Amino acid sequence: MARGQAHDVDSLREIARQLRIDSLRMIHLAGGGHPGGSLSAADLVTALYFHEMNLRSEEPDWPDRDRFVLSKGHGCPVLYAALARLGYFDPQHLDTLRKFGTILQGHPDMNKTPGLDATTGSLGQGLSVGLGMALIGRLDRRAYRVFVMLGCGELDEGQVWEAAMCAAKYRVANLTAVIDYNQLQLDGTNDEIMPLEPLEDKWRSFNWNALRIDGHDMPAILDALRAAREHEQGPTVIIAKTIKGKGVSFMEDQLDWHGVAPNAEQLEAALVELGP
Amino acid sequence: MSCSATRTASMRTAYGEALVEVGRTNPNVVVLDADLSKATKTSLFAEAFPDRFFNIGIAEQNMTTVAAGLATCGKIPFATSLAVFSTMRACEQVRTSVALTNLNVKIVGFYGGLCTAENGPTHQCIADLGVMRPLPNMTVLAPADAPSCKACVRWAVEHPGPVYLRGLRDGEPVLYDETGPADVSRIQIHREGNDGAILVNGFMLHLALEAADRLAARKIHITVADVITIKPIDQKTLLEIAGNVPCVLSVEEHNVLGGMGSAVAEVLAQKHPLPMRIMGVPDVFSNSGKHSLLLEAAGLTTEKIVENAVELLAAT
Ligand SMILES: Cc1ncc(C[n+]2csc(CCOP(=O)(O)OP(=O)(O)O)c2C)c(N)n1
Repeated sequence: MARGQAHDVDSLREIARQLRIDSLRMIHLAGGGHPGGSLSAADLVTALYFHEMNLRSEEPDWPDRDRFVLSKGHGCPVLYAALARLGYFDPQHLDTLRKFGTILQGHPDMNKTPGLDATTGSLGQGLSVGLGMALIGRLDRRAYRVFVMLGCGELDEGQVWEAAMCAAKYRVANLTAVIDYNQLQLDGTNDEIMPLEPLEDKWRSFNWNALRIDGHDMPAILDALRAAREHEQGPTVIIAKTIKGKGVSFMEDQLDWHGVAPNAEQLEAALVELGP
Repeated sequence: MSCSATRTASMRTAYGEALVEVGRTNPNVVVLDADLSKATKTSLFAEAFPDRFFNIGIAEQNMTTVAAGLATCGKIPFATSLAVFSTMRACEQVRTSVALTNLNVKIVGFYGGLCTAENGPTHQCIADLGVMRPLPNMTVLAPADAPSCKACVRWAVEHPGPVYLRGLRDGEPVLYDETGPADVSRIQIHREGNDGAILVNGFMLHLALEAADRLAARKIHITVADVITIKPIDQKTLLEIAGNVPCVLSVEEHNVLGGMGSAVAEVLAQKHPLPMRIMGVPDVFSNSGKHSLLLEAAGLTTEKIVENAVELLAAT
């Protein structure tokens, strides 16, 4: 998918719906995984992979490809579903998530899955990886851009802010951070575990271009990605307000759906809500 | 002292319960977690003593050094996360803020070994013992079941100084009676025999006991001993065991490099050389998959323990 042959908003919404369905199926079959953070990220991942990013699925190592780092690695089902849909590997692999011998590990492993640019799962490290990629894009005069998706709980990690300071120092305009701001982490809400606000002010004071959007509003996501692309003075962060478990009423905003798989009944109920 | 494994129990729940118990008798016990209290069951302590519980967020480095700060004020902090993050994300903080200062901080990590299974190698932890062991002042504990985990918590409260406690998850066979071993710093002998000895810890203990039963059926009688405290290792008991057998096999759910087997070998090589084999996770990263399949791939099964024991005996 090269940028330009992008889908319209309606087909992007449809793809996001499919990625949600795929994610829940995969997690159900695996008997474990993280539904809440996969569903909250679905619209953002869709906009990136099916509209914004410049990719060649037939050539996963294409040196000029845009990079994506899923720093909140536990949300990988939705990313695997996107990669399969783009043809990086046979969609049949989706049924093997987390199983012994699979190419789809419980957390992203760049040495096992075609199309993955980074190994993540230990929270807080992705922005640094992305920064490294962005610095070399500029040094080697390549036009690629780097996108890093962070969880909001993940922002508790000090390394995120080390990377943020460093990215601003080097004014890497080819680096965009996207925060899946669902306001829940593992033990509770951000406010209960580690208050983050004022979040835009934090990033701005670190000399980032900060945008705040509704992370389920497809046109708004596309606009923000364009604004990030056009911002040439330094890195941009898109703070995307999302709902954990988005799309399935009984999962929405529910802490308990952070890290458990739906059983057969729950999956069925979820699929009814998400549609055919 | 050892009972046969007719039931299993959750080591994480045992940990949470033990914290509440020691919290009741010792007001200096405080607990920290890094947004995993539901998994590590420090949530039980948080409910019982909300004022003495600190959820530091997903920030293990900060948690570790905050714990050091609490300890400078006379508290006994239990800084808890997954083993992989407690010992490795915050490794240098453990070394400098906790070990070098010799503060009374307890570093606790769950899902030691491969038991976080399907989550894959980012979450599995096969290097924690090797990372913690060479830190001066650090005591390293790796219990096998719920009662011995509780005993480790009680022991740690009574023993000033840095401790690393490696926990597992749940479903561990219960191999000790309810009160656990009387002194976790001593090697615990579960079976006695003079044909050989298996030194073991953690989840491998029940496999070693099974292996011993199978060997006994073949008239091979071996000692099985649980090395709960890897550092400082109980040299006296270790040398007594070694004095009564022709060879020693160690079995652990840790990299074959740097763990309990290495600790045993360091003593035996210098004080009582004898044929030895070290069984553990090979020095490669594992994969996502069921815990039982990962153990099988690593060669950590009852059959393999029997096989290794027989080969080792034949060669000696
Ligand atoms: C370094 C590290 N510490 C702890 C964890 C365990 N963990 C996995 S997900 C999670 C909560 C993440 O919350 P957030 O970043 O908000 O993700 P989301 O809500 O989008 O799923 C935690 C604590 C981890 N994976 N890595």
